[in-house]
Amino acid sequence: MDMQALYQEIILDHYRAPHHAGLREPFQAEVHHVNPTCGDEVTLRVHVLDGVVEDVSYDAEGCSISQAATSVMADLVIGKKIGDAMEIHDSFVELMQSRGRVDPDEDVLEDGIAFAGVAKFPARVKCALLGWMAWKDATAKAVSDSEV
Amino acid sequence: MTMQGTALTGLLDTDRIRADFPILSRRLDGDRPLVYLDSANTSQKPRQVIGAMTAHYEQINSNVGRAVHQLGDASTQAYEVARVKIAAFINAPDASEVIFAKNSSEALNLVANTLAWAHGDYEVGVGDEVVITEMEHHSNIVPWQLLAERKGATLRWFGITDEGRLDLSQIDSIINDRTKVVSVVWVSNMLGTVTPLETIIRRAHEVGALVVVDASQAVPQFRVDVAALGADFVAFTGHKMVGPTGIGVLWGRAKVLDALPPFLGGGSMIETVTMQRSTWAPLPAKFEAGTPPIVEAIGLAAAVDYLSALGMDNVAGHEHAITAYALERLLEVDGLTILGPTEPVDRGGAVSFEIDGVHPHDVSQVLDSLGVAVRAGHHCAKPAHARFGVQSSTRASFYLYTTPAEIDALVDGIEQTKRFFKVGS
Repeated sequence: MDMQALYQEIILDHYRAPHHAGLREPFQAEVHHVNPTCGDEVTLRVHVLDGVVEDVSYDAEGCSISQAATSVMADLVIGKKIGDAMEIHDSFVELMQSRGRVDPDEDVLEDGIAFAGVAKFPARVKCALLGWMAWKDATAKAVSDSEV
Repeated sequence: MTMQGTALTGLLDTDRIRADFPILSRRLDGDRPLVYLDSANTSQKPRQVIGAMTAHYEQINSNVGRAVHQLGDASTQAYEVARVKIAAFINAPDASEVIFAKNSSEALNLVANTLAWAHGDYEVGVGDEVVITEMEHHSNIVPWQLLAERKGATLRWFGITDEGRLDLSQIDSIINDRTKVVSVVWVSNMLGTVTPLETIIRRAHEVGALVVVDASQAVPQFRVDVAALGADFVAFTGHKMVGPTGIGVLWGRAKVLDALPPFLGGGSMIETVTMQRSTWAPLPAKFEAGTPPIVEAIGLAAAVDYLSALGMDNVAGHEHAITAYALERLLEVDGLTILGPTEPVDRGGAVSFEIDGVHPHDVSQVLDSLGVAVRAGHHCAKPAHARFGVQSSTRASFYLYTTPAEIDALVDGIEQTKRFFKVGS
Protein backbone atom coordinates (compact mmCIF):
# COMPACT_ATOMS: atom_id res chain seq x y z
CA MET A 1 0.00 0.00 0.00
CA ASP A 2 1.87 3.03 -1.27
CA MET A 3 0.54 6.07 0.56
CA GLN A 4 2.75 8.46 -1.45
CA ALA A 5 1.14 7.18 -4.67
CA LEU A 6 -2.34 7.76 -3.26
CA TYR A 7 -1.70 11.08 -1.57
CA GLN A 8 0.30 12.92 -4.24
CA GLU A 9 1.54 16.35 -3.18
CA ILE A 10 -0.77 17.93 -5.77
CA ILE A 11 -3.74 16.33 -4.00
CA LEU A 12 -2.62 17.53 -0.58
CA ASP A 13 -2.03 21.05 -1.96
CA HIS A 14 -5.56 21.23 -3.35
CA TYR A 15 -6.91 19.79 -0.08
CA ARG A 16 -5.17 22.43 2.04
CA ALA A 17 -6.14 25.30 -0.27
CA PRO A 18 -9.08 24.33 -2.51
CA HIS A 19 -9.63 26.41 -5.66
CA HIS A 20 -12.98 28.10 -6.43
CA ALA A 21 -14.43 27.06 -3.03
CA GLY A 22 -17.45 28.83 -1.57
CA LEU A 23 -20.95 29.36 -2.98
CA ARG A 24 -21.37 32.24 -5.43
CA GLU A 25 -24.04 34.03 -7.48
CA PRO A 26 -25.21 33.95 -10.19
CA PHE A 27 -26.07 30.30 -10.88
CA GLN A 28 -28.75 28.41 -12.80
CA ALA A 29 -28.62 25.17 -10.87
CA GLU A 30 -27.63 24.00 -7.40
CA VAL A 31 -27.33 20.37 -6.35
CA HIS A 32 -26.51 18.58 -3.12
CA HIS A 33 -24.73 15.25 -3.41
CA VAL A 34 -23.93 12.85 -0.60
CA ASN A 35 -21.81 9.78 -0.46
CA PRO A 36 -24.14 7.66 1.68
CA THR A 37 -21.53 5.16 2.80
CA CYS A 38 -19.10 7.69 4.26
CA GLY A 39 -21.17 10.85 4.62
CA ASP A 40 -19.08 13.14 2.40
CA GLU A 41 -21.24 16.00 1.12
CA VAL A 42 -21.04 18.71 -1.50
CA THR A 43 -23.40 21.55 -2.40
CA LEU A 44 -22.47 22.74 -5.86
CA ARG A 45 -23.66 25.55 -8.14
CA VAL A 46 -23.16 25.93 -11.86
CA HIS A 47 -23.44 29.11 -13.90
CA VAL A 48 -23.68 28.52 -17.65
CA LEU A 49 -23.69 31.27 -20.27
CA ASP A 50 -23.87 30.75 -24.05
CA GLY A 51 -22.81 27.11 -23.75
CA VAL A 52 -19.82 27.90 -21.59
CA VAL A 53 -19.27 26.92 -17.94
CA GLU A 54 -18.87 30.43 -16.54
CA ASP A 55 -18.54 29.42 -12.90
CA VAL A 56 -18.59 26.44 -10.57
CA SER A 57 -18.85 27.20 -6.88
CA TYR A 58 -19.24 24.76 -4.01
CA ASP A 59 -19.34 24.07 -0.32
CA ALA A 60 -17.87 20.64 0.40
CA GLU A 61 -17.16 18.56 3.46
CA GLY A 62 -15.18 15.39 3.16
CA CYS A 63 -11.83 13.66 2.94
CA SER A 64 -8.72 14.97 1.20
CA ILE A 65 -9.46 12.98 -1.96
CA SER A 66 -13.01 14.30 -2.39
CA GLN A 67 -12.02 17.87 -1.52
CA ALA A 68 -9.02 17.92 -3.84
CA ALA A 69 -10.91 16.27 -6.71
CA THR A 70 -13.65 18.90 -6.49
CA SER A 71 -11.03 21.66 -6.52
CA VAL A 72 -9.27 20.18 -9.57
CA MET A 73 -12.61 19.65 -11.32
CA ALA A 74 -13.52 23.33 -10.89
CA ASP A 75 -10.12 24.34 -12.32
CA LEU A 76 -10.66 22.08 -15.32
CA VAL A 77 -14.23 22.98 -16.31
CA ILE A 78 -14.52 26.69 -15.59
CA GLY A 79 -14.25 28.64 -18.85
CA LYS A 80 -14.73 25.54 -21.02
CA LYS A 81 -17.56 24.87 -23.46
CA ILE A 82 -19.99 22.39 -21.88
CA GLY A 83 -19.18 19.72 -24.49
CA ASP A 84 -15.42 20.04 -23.89
CA ALA A 85 -15.93 19.97 -20.13
CA MET A 86 -18.02 16.78 -20.47
CA GLU A 87 -15.16 15.17 -22.40
CA ILE A 88 -12.77 15.99 -19.56
CA HIS A 89 -15.33 14.52 -17.15
CA ASP A 90 -15.44 11.34 -19.23
CA SER A 91 -11.62 11.07 -19.23
CA PHE A 92 -11.51 11.49 -15.47
CA VAL A 93 -14.22 8.86 -14.91
CA GLU A 94 -12.39 6.48 -17.24
CA LEU A 95 -9.16 7.01 -15.30
CA MET A 96 -10.95 6.39 -11.99
CA GLN A 97 -12.56 3.17 -13.23
CA SER A 98 -9.34 1.83 -14.75
CA ARG A 99 -8.00 0.22 -11.54
CA GLY A 100 -4.72 1.87 -12.50
CA ARG A 101 -4.46 0.41 -16.02
CA VAL A 102 -4.96 3.69 -17.95
CA ASP A 103 -2.17 6.25 -18.39
CA PRO A 104 -3.70 9.67 -17.84
CA ASP A 105 -3.26 12.41 -20.44
CA GLU A 106 -1.83 15.47 -18.72
CA ASP A 107 -2.92 17.74 -21.58
CA VAL A 108 -6.53 16.85 -20.83
CA LEU A 109 -6.56 16.25 -17.09
CA GLU A 110 -3.80 18.63 -15.89
CA ASP A 111 -3.65 18.29 -12.04
CA GLY A 112 -6.23 15.51 -12.41
CA ILE A 113 -3.46 13.08 -13.35
CA ALA A 114 -2.48 13.06 -9.67
CA PHE A 115 -5.56 10.92 -9.03
CA ALA A 116 -4.20 7.99 -11.08
CA GLY A 117 -3.10 6.37 -7.81
CA VAL A 118 -6.60 6.66 -6.35
CA ALA A 119 -7.88 4.28 -9.03
CA LYS A 120 -5.94 1.47 -7.28
CA PHE A 121 -7.99 1.99 -4.10
CA PRO A 122 -11.54 0.97 -5.08
CA ALA A 123 -13.00 2.22 -1.80
CA ARG A 124 -11.75 5.75 -2.54
CA VAL A 125 -12.84 6.07 -6.19
CA LYS A 126 -16.27 7.32 -5.10
CA CYS A 127 -14.52 10.06 -3.09
CA ALA A 128 -12.74 11.33 -6.21
CA LEU A 129 -15.96 11.26 -8.23
CA LEU A 130 -18.30 13.00 -5.76
CA GLY A 131 -17.64 16.56 -7.02
CA TRP A 132 -17.60 15.49 -10.67
CA MET A 133 -20.97 13.75 -10.35
CA ALA A 134 -22.42 16.84 -8.68
CA TRP A 135 -21.07 19.05 -11.47
CA LYS A 136 -22.49 16.80 -14.19
CA ASP A 137 -25.89 16.74 -12.49
CA ALA A 138 -25.96 20.51 -11.93
CA THR A 139 -24.86 21.23 -15.48
CA ALA A 140 -27.56 18.96 -16.91
CA LYS A 141 -30.11 20.80 -14.78
CA ALA A 142 -28.77 24.21 -15.81
CA VAL A 143 -28.92 23.28 -19.50
CA SER A 144 -32.41 21.75 -19.37
CA ASP A 145 -33.73 24.76 -17.43
CA SER A 146 -32.33 27.20 -19.95
CA GLU A 147 -33.98 25.23 -22.79
CA VAL A 148 -37.44 25.48 -21.21
CA MET B 1 3.26 5.95 28.57
CA THR B 2 3.25 2.60 26.87
CA MET B 3 2.35 -0.87 28.04
CA GLN B 4 5.85 -1.50 29.41
CA GLY B 5 5.29 1.16 32.04
CA THR B 6 1.79 0.13 33.04
CA ALA B 7 0.56 -2.94 34.82
CA LEU B 8 -2.78 -3.78 33.28
CA THR B 9 -4.98 -6.04 35.33
CA GLY B 10 -8.04 -7.95 34.23
CA LEU B 11 -6.72 -9.00 30.83
CA LEU B 12 -7.63 -12.37 29.34
CA ASP B 13 -4.93 -14.79 28.16
CA THR B 14 -4.83 -13.29 24.68
CA ASP B 15 -1.99 -15.55 23.49
CA ARG B 16 -4.21 -18.57 24.00
CA ILE B 17 -7.33 -16.84 22.66
CA ARG B 18 -5.63 -15.48 19.54
CA ALA B 19 -4.52 -19.00 18.62
CA ASP B 20 -8.23 -19.80 18.18
CA PHE B 21 -8.70 -17.02 15.59
CA PRO B 22 -6.87 -17.97 12.35
CA ILE B 23 -7.42 -14.57 10.73
CA LEU B 24 -5.52 -12.76 13.50
CA SER B 25 -2.25 -14.33 12.37
CA ARG B 26 -2.60 -13.43 8.69
CA ARG B 27 -0.32 -10.85 7.10
CA LEU B 28 -1.44 -7.86 5.06
CA ASP B 29 0.24 -5.98 2.21
CA GLY B 30 3.90 -5.30 2.95
CA ASP B 31 3.95 -8.40 5.19
CA ARG B 32 2.46 -6.38 8.01
CA PRO B 33 0.63 -8.17 10.82
CA LEU B 34 -3.09 -7.48 11.08
CA VAL B 35 -4.05 -5.15 13.94
CA TYR B 36 -7.81 -5.60 13.91
CA LEU B 37 -9.52 -2.75 15.76
CA ASP B 38 -12.93 -2.93 14.09
CA SER B 39 -14.76 -5.46 16.24
CA ALA B 40 -17.75 -3.19 16.90
CA ASN B 41 -18.31 -3.44 13.15
CA THR B 42 -17.92 -7.21 13.13
CA SER B 43 -15.90 -9.50 15.37
CA GLN B 44 -13.56 -12.20 14.12
CA LYS B 45 -14.54 -15.86 14.43
CA PRO B 46 -12.74 -18.63 16.32
CA ARG B 47 -12.06 -22.11 14.87
CA GLN B 48 -14.71 -23.48 17.24
CA VAL B 49 -17.43 -21.50 15.45
CA ILE B 50 -16.12 -22.11 11.95
CA GLY B 51 -15.66 -25.81 12.81
CA ALA B 52 -19.18 -26.25 14.20
CA MET B 53 -20.64 -24.78 11.02
CA THR B 54 -18.45 -26.88 8.73
CA ALA B 55 -19.24 -30.04 10.71
CA HIS B 56 -22.96 -29.39 10.36
CA TYR B 57 -22.70 -28.85 6.61
CA GLU B 58 -20.50 -31.94 6.20
CA GLN B 59 -22.44 -34.40 8.37
CA ILE B 60 -25.93 -33.18 9.23
CA ASN B 61 -27.14 -30.66 6.66
CA SER B 62 -30.87 -30.91 6.15
CA ASN B 63 -33.87 -28.63 6.51
CA VAL B 64 -35.43 -28.25 9.94
CA GLY B 65 -38.89 -28.91 11.30
CA ARG B 66 -40.30 -30.87 8.39
CA ALA B 67 -38.23 -33.88 7.32
CA VAL B 68 -38.73 -37.21 9.09
CA HIS B 69 -35.42 -38.67 7.93
CA GLN B 70 -32.43 -39.04 10.26
CA LEU B 71 -30.64 -35.97 8.95
CA GLY B 72 -33.79 -33.88 9.32
CA ASP B 73 -34.13 -35.00 12.92
CA ALA B 74 -30.49 -34.26 13.69
CA SER B 75 -30.63 -30.85 12.02
CA THR B 76 -33.84 -29.87 13.84
CA GLN B 77 -32.36 -31.07 17.10
CA ALA B 78 -29.18 -29.01 16.56
CA TYR B 79 -31.18 -25.91 15.60
CA GLU B 80 -33.40 -26.14 18.68
CA VAL B 81 -30.47 -26.92 20.99
CA ALA B 82 -28.90 -23.72 19.64
CA ARG B 83 -32.01 -21.81 20.66
CA VAL B 84 -31.92 -23.31 24.16
CA LYS B 85 -28.21 -22.40 24.55
CA ILE B 86 -28.80 -18.83 23.44
CA ALA B 87 -31.81 -18.53 25.74
CA ALA B 88 -29.69 -19.72 28.66
CA PHE B 89 -26.89 -17.30 27.69
CA ILE B 90 -29.21 -14.29 28.12
CA ASN B 91 -31.24 -15.93 30.92
CA ALA B 92 -34.47 -15.90 28.92
CA PRO B 93 -37.34 -17.37 30.97
CA ASP B 94 -38.30 -19.62 28.05
CA ALA B 95 -36.47 -20.68 24.87
CA SER B 96 -39.64 -20.05 22.83
CA GLU B 97 -39.13 -16.34 23.49
CA VAL B 98 -35.91 -16.45 21.45
CA ILE B 99 -36.74 -15.57 17.83
CA PHE B 100 -34.03 -16.02 15.22
CA ALA B 101 -33.77 -13.13 12.76
CA LYS B 102 -31.22 -12.06 10.17
CA ASN B 103 -29.55 -9.45 12.38
CA SER B 104 -30.42 -6.71 14.90
CA SER B 105 -31.89 -4.54 12.15
CA GLU B 106 -34.38 -7.23 11.21
CA ALA B 107 -35.18 -7.91 14.87
CA LEU B 108 -35.92 -4.21 15.47
CA ASN B 109 -37.94 -3.97 12.25
CA LEU B 110 -39.93 -7.02 13.36
CA VAL B 111 -41.03 -5.15 16.48
CA ALA B 112 -41.68 -1.81 14.75
CA ASN B 113 -43.63 -3.38 11.89
CA THR B 114 -45.78 -5.72 13.97
CA LEU B 115 -46.60 -2.78 16.26
CA ALA B 116 -47.68 -0.82 13.17
CA TRP B 117 -50.05 -3.68 12.30
CA ALA B 118 -51.22 -4.41 15.85
CA HIS B 119 -54.74 -3.88 17.13
CA GLY B 120 -55.79 -3.71 20.74
CA ASP B 121 -53.48 -3.07 23.68
CA TYR B 122 -50.33 -2.49 21.66
CA GLU B 123 -51.89 -0.48 18.84
CA VAL B 124 -50.03 2.74 18.06
CA GLY B 125 -52.36 5.50 16.90
CA VAL B 126 -52.55 9.19 16.03
CA GLY B 127 -51.21 11.32 18.88
CA ASP B 128 -49.34 8.41 20.49
CA GLU B 129 -45.63 8.84 21.06
CA VAL B 130 -42.58 6.74 20.33
CA VAL B 131 -39.35 7.54 22.18
CA ILE B 132 -35.79 6.85 21.02
CA THR B 133 -32.44 8.58 21.65
CA GLU B 134 -30.05 10.71 19.64
CA MET B 135 -27.27 8.12 20.07
CA GLU B 136 -29.05 5.30 18.25
CA HIS B 137 -27.64 3.39 15.32
CA HIS B 138 -29.73 4.09 12.21
CA SER B 139 -31.29 0.63 12.65
CA ASN B 140 -32.98 1.88 15.82
CA ILE B 141 -34.05 5.20 14.29
CA VAL B 142 -35.43 4.48 10.84
CA PRO B 143 -37.91 1.67 11.78
CA TRP B 144 -39.45 4.00 14.40
CA GLN B 145 -39.61 6.93 11.98
CA LEU B 146 -41.47 4.62 9.61
CA LEU B 147 -43.82 3.46 12.38
CA ALA B 148 -44.55 7.06 13.45
CA GLU B 149 -45.16 8.11 9.85
CA ARG B 150 -47.45 5.17 9.11
CA LYS B 151 -49.55 5.59 12.24
CA GLY B 152 -49.56 9.38 12.68
CA ALA B 153 -47.62 9.00 15.91
CA THR B 154 -45.00 11.45 17.18
CA LEU B 155 -41.34 10.48 17.43
CA ARG B 156 -39.48 11.96 20.42
CA TRP B 157 -35.97 11.41 21.66
CA PHE B 158 -33.49 11.93 24.45
CA GLY B 159 -30.55 14.17 23.61
CA ILE B 160 -26.87 13.65 24.43
CA THR B 161 -24.84 15.63 26.97
CA ASP B 162 -21.47 17.17 26.09
CA GLU B 163 -19.83 14.21 27.86
CA GLY B 164 -21.63 11.79 25.56
CA ARG B 165 -24.15 10.52 28.10
CA LEU B 166 -27.93 10.41 27.64
CA ASP B 167 -29.61 13.58 28.87
CA LEU B 168 -32.41 12.23 31.06
CA SER B 169 -33.19 15.58 32.75
CA GLN B 170 -36.59 15.73 30.98
CA ILE B 171 -37.40 12.03 31.33
CA ASP B 172 -40.81 12.58 32.93
CA SER B 173 -42.02 14.76 30.07
CA ILE B 174 -40.34 12.83 27.25
CA ILE B 175 -41.79 9.55 28.50
CA ASN B 176 -45.42 10.39 29.34
CA ASP B 177 -48.93 8.97 29.26
CA ARG B 178 -49.01 9.13 25.45
CA THR B 179 -45.81 7.06 25.10
CA LYS B 180 -46.45 3.62 23.60
CA VAL B 181 -42.89 2.45 22.92
CA VAL B 182 -39.43 3.39 24.16
CA SER B 183 -36.54 1.95 22.12
CA VAL B 184 -33.05 2.55 23.45
CA VAL B 185 -29.54 1.42 22.72
CA TRP B 186 -27.70 -0.28 25.59
CA VAL B 187 -24.14 0.46 24.46
CA SER B 188 -23.58 3.16 21.82
CA ASN B 189 -21.67 1.85 18.82
CA MET B 190 -20.16 5.30 18.25
CA LEU B 191 -19.70 6.93 21.68
CA GLY B 192 -19.23 3.74 23.67
CA THR B 193 -21.69 5.01 26.27
CA VAL B 194 -23.54 2.46 28.40
CA THR B 195 -27.02 3.88 28.91
CA PRO B 196 -28.87 3.88 32.28
CA LEU B 197 -31.52 1.39 31.17
CA GLU B 198 -32.89 0.75 34.65
CA THR B 199 -34.10 4.36 35.00
CA ILE B 200 -35.59 4.39 31.51
CA ILE B 201 -37.34 1.03 31.87
CA ARG B 202 -38.80 2.02 35.25
CA ARG B 203 -40.26 5.24 33.84
CA ALA B 204 -41.53 3.58 30.65
CA HIS B 205 -43.33 0.86 32.57
CA GLU B 206 -44.80 3.48 34.90
CA VAL B 207 -46.71 4.89 31.92
CA GLY B 208 -47.45 1.48 30.40
CA ALA B 209 -45.06 1.77 27.44
CA LEU B 210 -43.20 -1.16 25.89
CA VAL B 211 -39.40 -1.08 26.10
CA VAL B 212 -37.19 -2.28 23.27
CA VAL B 213 -33.42 -2.53 23.83
CA ASP B 214 -30.85 -2.56 21.04
CA ALA B 215 -28.24 -4.76 22.70
CA SER B 216 -26.03 -5.24 19.61
CA GLN B 217 -22.92 -3.92 21.39
CA ALA B 218 -23.98 -5.11 24.85
CA VAL B 219 -24.46 -8.87 24.52
CA PRO B 220 -20.93 -9.29 23.06
CA GLN B 221 -19.33 -7.32 25.87
CA PHE B 222 -20.91 -8.23 29.20
CA ARG B 223 -23.28 -10.66 30.90
CA VAL B 224 -26.87 -9.94 29.92
CA ASP B 225 -29.81 -11.18 31.95
CA VAL B 226 -33.03 -10.30 30.14
CA ALA B 227 -35.17 -11.54 33.01
CA ALA B 228 -33.47 -9.18 35.45
CA LEU B 229 -33.35 -6.31 32.96
CA GLY B 230 -37.13 -6.03 32.74
CA ALA B 231 -37.38 -4.76 29.14
CA ASP B 232 -40.00 -6.22 26.79
CA PHE B 233 -37.71 -6.81 23.80
CA VAL B 234 -33.95 -7.21 23.44
CA ALA B 235 -32.31 -7.35 19.99
CA PHE B 236 -28.77 -8.43 19.19
CA THR B 237 -26.74 -9.86 16.35
CA GLY B 238 -24.48 -12.91 16.09
CA HIS B 239 -21.60 -11.54 14.08
CA LYS B 240 -20.45 -9.05 16.74
CA MET B 241 -20.10 -11.82 19.37
CA VAL B 242 -17.66 -14.15 17.53
CA GLY B 243 -20.61 -15.74 15.72
CA PRO B 244 -21.43 -15.78 12.00
CA THR B 245 -23.20 -13.14 9.93
CA GLY B 246 -26.81 -13.74 8.87
CA ILE B 247 -28.16 -14.50 12.34
CA GLY B 248 -29.62 -12.18 14.90
CA VAL B 249 -31.86 -12.65 17.90
CA LEU B 250 -35.00 -10.99 19.13
CA TRP B 251 -35.89 -11.90 22.67
CA GLY B 252 -39.41 -10.81 23.57
CA ARG B 253 -41.87 -11.41 26.38
CA ALA B 254 -44.15 -14.27 25.36
CA LYS B 255 -47.22 -12.29 26.43
CA VAL B 256 -46.37 -9.44 24.02
CA LEU B 257 -45.16 -11.65 21.17
CA ASP B 258 -48.37 -13.69 21.40
CA ALA B 259 -50.48 -10.54 21.11
CA LEU B 260 -48.63 -9.13 18.09
CA PRO B 261 -49.46 -10.13 14.50
CA PRO B 262 -46.88 -12.09 12.46
CA PHE B 263 -44.02 -10.26 10.70
CA LEU B 264 -43.31 -12.32 7.57
CA GLY B 265 -45.82 -14.81 6.21
CA GLY B 266 -44.80 -18.14 4.69
CA GLY B 267 -43.75 -21.67 5.48
CA SER B 268 -43.16 -22.81 9.07
CA MET B 269 -45.01 -19.90 10.66
CA ILE B 270 -48.51 -21.29 10.18
CA GLU B 271 -50.77 -23.61 12.12
CA THR B 272 -53.05 -24.19 9.15
CA VAL B 273 -53.70 -22.57 5.78
CA THR B 274 -56.84 -22.54 3.66
CA MET B 275 -57.43 -20.46 0.56
CA GLN B 276 -59.49 -18.09 2.68
CA ARG B 277 -57.30 -17.62 5.74
CA SER B 278 -54.45 -18.88 7.88
CA THR B 279 -53.74 -19.30 11.55
CA TRP B 280 -50.38 -18.98 13.23
CA ALA B 281 -48.01 -21.43 14.80
CA PRO B 282 -47.08 -20.89 18.46
CA LEU B 283 -43.85 -19.10 19.41
CA PRO B 284 -41.16 -19.02 18.19
CA ALA B 285 -42.24 -20.44 14.80
CA LYS B 286 -44.87 -17.69 14.37
CA PHE B 287 -42.03 -15.22 13.73
CA GLU B 288 -39.74 -17.50 11.71
CA ALA B 289 -41.20 -17.77 8.22
CA GLY B 290 -39.32 -19.81 5.66
CA THR B 291 -36.17 -21.88 6.02
CA PRO B 292 -34.27 -20.22 8.85
CA PRO B 293 -30.51 -19.55 9.02
CA ILE B 294 -29.93 -23.06 10.39
CA VAL B 295 -26.16 -23.32 10.24
CA GLU B 296 -25.80 -19.72 11.38
CA ALA B 297 -27.86 -20.53 14.49
CA ILE B 298 -25.58 -23.48 15.17
CA GLY B 299 -22.57 -21.22 14.66
CA LEU B 300 -24.03 -18.71 17.10
CA ALA B 301 -24.55 -21.47 19.66
CA ALA B 302 -20.87 -22.38 19.26
CA ALA B 303 -20.03 -18.69 19.78
CA VAL B 304 -22.10 -18.68 22.97
CA ASP B 305 -20.25 -21.81 24.15
CA TYR B 306 -16.95 -20.07 23.41
CA LEU B 307 -17.92 -16.92 25.32
CA SER B 308 -19.35 -18.94 28.22
CA ALA B 309 -16.14 -20.95 28.54
CA LEU B 310 -14.18 -17.69 28.86
CA GLY B 311 -16.84 -16.30 31.20
CA MET B 312 -18.68 -13.12 30.26
CA ASP B 313 -17.50 -11.36 33.41
CA ASN B 314 -13.91 -12.04 32.30
CA VAL B 315 -14.72 -10.79 28.78
CA ALA B 316 -16.15 -7.61 30.33
CA GLY B 317 -13.07 -7.24 32.52
CA HIS B 318 -10.78 -7.52 29.50
CA GLU B 319 -12.84 -5.05 27.50
CA HIS B 320 -12.74 -2.62 30.44
CA ALA B 321 -8.96 -2.90 30.91
CA ILE B 322 -8.22 -2.50 27.19
CA THR B 323 -10.64 0.41 26.83
CA ALA B 324 -9.13 2.18 29.85
CA TYR B 325 -5.64 1.72 28.39
CA ALA B 326 -6.78 2.96 24.95
CA LEU B 327 -8.44 6.05 26.43
CA GLU B 328 -5.30 6.82 28.45
CA ARG B 329 -3.02 6.48 25.44
CA LEU B 330 -5.31 8.35 23.01
CA LEU B 331 -5.75 11.25 25.43
CA GLU B 332 -1.97 11.76 25.28
CA VAL B 333 -2.08 12.39 21.51
CA ASP B 334 -1.90 16.09 20.62
CA GLY B 335 -4.72 17.25 18.39
CA LEU B 336 -6.87 14.20 19.10
CA THR B 337 -10.41 14.65 20.44
CA ILE B 338 -12.44 11.74 21.75
CA LEU B 339 -16.17 11.82 21.01
CA GLY B 340 -17.92 10.25 23.97
CA PRO B 341 -16.97 9.54 27.58
CA THR B 342 -13.22 9.82 28.23
CA GLU B 343 -13.46 7.92 31.53
CA PRO B 344 -13.73 4.14 31.41
CA VAL B 345 -16.92 4.23 33.51
CA ASP B 346 -20.18 2.86 32.07
CA ARG B 347 -18.35 2.64 28.81
CA GLY B 348 -18.00 -0.04 26.14
CA GLY B 349 -15.01 -0.86 23.98
CA ALA B 350 -15.50 1.51 21.05
CA VAL B 351 -13.62 4.82 20.93
CA SER B 352 -14.42 7.38 18.22
CA PHE B 353 -12.12 10.33 17.70
CA GLU B 354 -11.17 13.27 15.51
CA ILE B 355 -7.67 14.39 14.58
CA ASP B 356 -7.24 18.10 13.89
CA GLY B 357 -6.55 18.72 10.22
CA VAL B 358 -6.91 15.14 8.97
CA HIS B 359 -10.18 13.74 7.73
CA PRO B 360 -11.24 10.37 9.25
CA HIS B 361 -11.11 8.59 5.88
CA ASP B 362 -7.56 9.74 5.41
CA VAL B 363 -6.67 8.65 8.96
CA SER B 364 -8.07 5.18 8.35
CA GLN B 365 -6.37 4.93 4.94
CA VAL B 366 -2.92 5.60 6.37
CA LEU B 367 -3.59 3.33 9.37
CA ASP B 368 -4.63 0.59 6.93
CA SER B 369 -1.34 0.93 5.09
CA LEU B 370 0.29 0.12 8.45
CA GLY B 371 -1.94 -2.92 8.98
CA VAL B 372 -4.21 -1.21 11.51
CA ALA B 373 -7.88 -1.78 10.62
CA VAL B 374 -10.25 0.85 12.06
CA ARG B 375 -13.54 2.24 10.82
CA ALA B 376 -14.02 5.72 9.40
CA GLY B 377 -17.30 7.41 8.59
CA HIS B 378 -20.56 8.03 10.41
CA HIS B 379 -20.81 4.44 11.78
CA CYS B 380 -24.53 4.47 10.93
CA ALA B 381 -25.01 7.10 13.64
CA LYS B 382 -25.35 10.37 11.72
CA PRO B 383 -27.50 12.16 14.34
CA ALA B 384 -24.96 11.40 17.09
CA HIS B 385 -22.19 12.82 14.90
CA ALA B 386 -24.29 15.89 14.10
CA ARG B 387 -24.77 16.39 17.86
CA PHE B 388 -21.02 16.87 18.16
CA GLY B 389 -20.85 19.07 15.07
CA VAL B 390 -18.95 16.57 12.97
CA GLN B 391 -19.80 14.61 9.87
CA SER B 392 -17.69 11.56 10.55
CA SER B 393 -15.09 10.12 12.88
CA THR B 394 -12.45 7.43 13.14
CA ARG B 395 -13.42 4.56 15.43
CA ALA B 396 -11.21 1.97 17.08
CA SER B 397 -13.06 -0.89 18.76
CA PHE B 398 -11.77 -3.76 20.82
CA TYR B 399 -12.72 -7.27 21.79
CA LEU B 400 -11.60 -10.27 23.77
CA TYR B 401 -8.54 -10.82 21.55
CA THR B 402 -7.29 -7.20 21.56
CA THR B 403 -3.87 -6.68 23.16
CA PRO B 404 -2.27 -3.57 24.69
CA ALA B 405 0.41 -3.85 22.00
CA GLU B 406 -2.32 -3.31 19.38
CA ILE B 407 -3.37 -0.11 21.15
CA ASP B 408 0.28 0.98 21.01
CA ALA B 409 0.31 0.19 17.26
CA LEU B 410 -2.79 2.37 16.85
CA VAL B 411 -1.22 5.30 18.67
CA ASP B 412 2.04 4.94 16.72
CA GLY B 413 0.00 4.84 13.50
CA ILE B 414 -1.88 8.00 14.45
CA GLU B 415 1.43 9.81 15.08
CA GLN B 416 2.68 8.60 11.68
CA THR B 417 -0.56 9.82 10.08
CA LYS B 418 -0.06 13.27 11.58
CA ARG B 419 3.51 13.40 10.25
CA PHE B 420 2.33 12.25 6.81
CA PHE B 421 -0.26 15.03 6.60
CA LYS B 422 2.11 17.48 8.28
CA VAL B 423 -0.18 18.40 11.15
CA GLY B 424 0.54 18.88 14.85
CA SER B 425 3.87 18.33 16.53
